[in-house]
Amino acid sequence: MSEHEYKPKSKVGQWFNDRLPLLTLANHLTDYPTPKNLNYWWTFGGILTFCLITQIVTGLTLAMHYIAHADMAFESVEHIMRDVNYGWLIRYIHANGASMFFLAVYIHIFRSLFYGSYKSPREIIWILGIIIYLLMMAAAFMGYVLPWGQMSFWGATVITNLFSAIPLVGEGIVTWLWGGYSVDNPTLTRFFTLHYLIPFLILGLVVLHIWALHVPGNNNPVGIDIKKPSKDTVPFHPYIVIKDGFALLMFMIVFAFFVFYSPNILGHADNYIEANPMVTPAHIVPEWYLLPFYAILRSVPDKLLGVVAMLSAILILAVLPWLDTSKIRSAVFRPLYKQFYWILVADVLILGYVGAMPAEGLYLLIARVATAYYFLHFLVILPVLGFKEKTIPIPLSITEPVLGGNPNLAMAKKKESKIE
Amino acid sequence: MRAFIKFCTIISLIISVFSQSIAAEKVDYLKTDWSFKGLFGKFDRSSLQRGYQVYTEVCAACHSMKYLSYRNLSEKGGPEFSVEQAKAIAASFEVVDGPNADGEMFTRPAKLSDKFVMPYENEKAAQAANGGAYPPDMSVLVKARGGGVDYIYSLLQGYETAPAGMILDEGVHYNKYMYGNKIKMSAPLSDGIIEYGDGTTASVEQMSKDVTTFLMWAAEPHLEARHRMGFKAIIYLIILTTLVYFSMKKIWSGIKSEV
Repeated sequence: MSEHEYKPKSKVGQWFNDRLPLLTLANHLTDYPTPKNLNYWWTFGGILTFCLITQIVTGLTLAMHYIAHADMAFESVEHIMRDVNYGWLIRYIHANGASMFFLAVYIHIFRSLFYGSYKSPREIIWILGIIIYLLMMAAAFMGYVLPWGQMSFWGATVITNLFSAIPLVGEGIVTWLWGGYSVDNPTLTRFFTLHYLIPFLILGLVVLHIWALHVPGNNNPVGIDIKKPSKDTVPFHPYIVIKDGFALLMFMIVFAFFVFYSPNILGHADNYIEANPMVTPAHIVPEWYLLPFYAILRSVPDKLLGVVAMLSAILILAVLPWLDTSKIRSAVFRPLYKQFYWILVADVLILGYVGAMPAEGLYLLIARVATAYYFLHFLVILPVLGFKEKTIPIPLSITEPVLGGNPNLAMAKKKESKIE
Repeated sequence: MRAFIKFCTIISLIISVFSQSIAAEKVDYLKTDWSFKGLFGKFDRSSLQRGYQVYTEVCAACHSMKYLSYRNLSEKGGPEFSVEQAKAIAASFEVVDGPNADGEMFTRPAKLSDKFVMPYENEKAAQAANGGAYPPDMSVLVKARGGGVDYIYSLLQGYETAPAGMILDEGVHYNKYMYGNKIKMSAPLSDGIIEYGDGTTASVEQMSKDVTTFLMWAAEPHLEARHRMGFKAIIYLIILTTLVYFSMKKIWSGIKSEV
């Protein structure tokens, strides 16, 4: 794993480390050379690890009190909120934790898009990340079903029904997913099982994600390859640990405001009404973090094509390293890409907004234009831009432009510090 | 530091865009100042006790509150009736218990550990008695409606004569704040419909406020504990963040890079 030899000081340590090199691993993690110019957008990896662990710990505690049965799930959640010691705290952390998790993952993904972190040699890290993101969406969706409120039930009905769009076998697959002819107790119990399983799959993938990261090392705001270790790097501990810690604490303050002062603002009121198969809510909307994809789904008039569009919108990200033909990683040195990047951010926010609105009239039109632009960005703009764009010269190292004095490089450095 | 401020601005911008899209529909509800809002929000104890009176004398005729127990009435952060008062309240209700040694079901006065007695045996019975409409359970009602407390407060005072040209079926009433303006519940409150034990004038406005406060507590019985803990947690986090910030500055002081 590590290039340099590490030898524990104590005899016992050496004996143990020869048999299981845990100490070598610990040494690798603390010494891991990290670019010294990483900005705060890079702290979200650590924040996401915190989110995952928080969800697992609170989730395990909730599972001790929750009852996965259609007749008792809603009541057991109320039992947690009222009678379990600090049950309200644990549940509100878990429910808002999901939103915080997605907030952090979106920042993490868009950081990667801005600084070209998905490009060679980091394609595998990126693809593992996309798989983690997909699993997160599955876990979040199934978790939202568990309280067995109206949105749980109808959200589950709408999403599982998407599979009926598959020609010939669609209906059969939906019945198989439900374990019956409608969303009911068998659906709830299997969703609970999967919701319990997926976080551990994510945990495993996170280990791979970090492992794959530690092979080439971190990308950085300048987006150039750097020698490791060198003047351009600092050891992970204490430099990055303290910086990540500071950012995590800031994040926790925001998190705490949601948990303690507006714990239900990110949820839907209808989910405090017990599931009722006989009454359909006026608007069925998913949680906020799924809204952009929901907008894409509804913008296509055909059901099957809508599902295909929605899935492609996510899967297109997996081939992004090959769609982006530019050799330059960081948007700092790509003046045109930088503009298109912010248009894409706006586009996704607009999709999220119209996803929350009824699919009719002007909203539907906006959703269609935004969907078209989303695909245009990845399928046309990115491949073409790599050939057409005139990029700003990149510096040779993180420290060099300052010492060098080449006017071009100095300008590049100025640009960089602006984005920092 | 400049980089950090820029970073925070972008994040808060994105958050505000999303919270805008979440708070999609905006209706002008009647406003009143709720004592339980804000960083230190607490329930008005006497309002909760009056609210319970409105609930039990008016609402409870049709609406159940099945997740609450009589013991909750004397718990901290709630109406805080004394244990004796709560016992007396419980004892005024009859519950079915059993089977006894002979295999018979029997009725007995309710105890603190019993759940609030429901006005109807089941949902179907409730519907049959109310012209097909089910009076919703009130345990988490304020959290289950878009406008929350403001919506409930307004709805209770939103009964008006229907505008000319609007045809209402029998048993349907016009309400300014109801979704679609048609509601099966007839105006539940009228001035002086009950007599408050503490001498407060029982106006529709006063009763609406009291009962809504009571419903808020019913839905969030640990609200006061949550606000107390939240304030402490955030103060603690701010202090710790400050300390970590200066440690970070110290650690990074030898490195030529902006933190």
